Amino acid sequence: MADNPDIEALTPYARSLGIKLADWEDGVPVLCVEFVEAVEGRPEHFHGGATGGLLETAGYAALRAELARIEREAVLKPINITVQYLAAGKSQTSFAKGRITKLGRRSANLTVEAWQEDRSRPIATAVMNVLMAKTEG
Amino acid sequence: MSQQAAFDPKTATPFLTSRGHPGWLGMRYSDHGDDWVELELPWREDLLGEEGQHVLASGPILSLMDMASGLAIWKAMDRFEAIATLDLRVDYVRPARDGAAVFGRSQCYRITRSAAFVRGLAHDGDADDPVAHIQAVFMKIGGDPKRELPGG
Repeated sequence: MADNPDIEALTPYARSLGIKLADWEDGVPVLCVEFVEAVEGRPEHFHGGATGGLLETAGYAALRAELARIEREAVLKPINITVQYLAAGKSQTSFAKGRITKLGRRSANLTVEAWQEDRSRPIATAVMNVLMAKTEG
Repeated sequence: MSQQAAFDPKTATPFLTSRGHPGWLGMRYSDHGDDWVELELPWREDLLGEEGQHVLASGPILSLMDMASGLAIWKAMDRFEAIATLDLRVDYVRPARDGAAVFGRSQCYRITRSAAFVRGLAHDGDADDPVAHIQAVFMKIGGDPKRELPGG
């Protein structure tokens, strides 16, 4: 198996929210966030915004990992994201992993899944498009 | 017969954003109408999307719009009722300006027995020049109507 790329998977926002790198699976980062007050919405449940932030961060992390693997430099800019909330996020650790559906020249399409204790029952999924702008200079 | 408004976004927002995720983000009440609510997300250095670039991450905008949408729905229903986000789409049309607070304005344009539909925008000072557009559907989750407000 290839070495996991040395990427900055977490943005300042993601670190501030408490998102961590949990694991690597076949070169793809799996992120997690523990249930702390910063992610709480209604009592004892994840806030939809926090779950969305985790999904989005996992999507970017998957894309950064792939770009690092193929030694391609790009500045990532969000185009859009659609989040589907499938089940309430309970007061336990949430995980998320992204998958690149299409890596184009200018944009990438990703699907991301978030789950808690039972990976076969995701709590939320997302589809996102990311613009890959050329790096300056 | 006139009835006193049962849900006031201006008084509910400080309560709803006093703790939890909205409290962590530091969202504040900005404005509201009959079926819309606008919240403010003050600028914060630790909410940046990329190291070395002074651009707000997209995640907080998602949270801001989710929260503003919930408040818009309660305002449109004129009462608090437990709801859950079913689907939320955000189009990021341009980056927010460096150091600028971001405002999230959401309007509830339709409520059915089981769902509420919203659309809205995020801007950094000029609502005619948005940074993002959103569309979302929330489900009423019923249950115990006496349940307290989130964050309560």
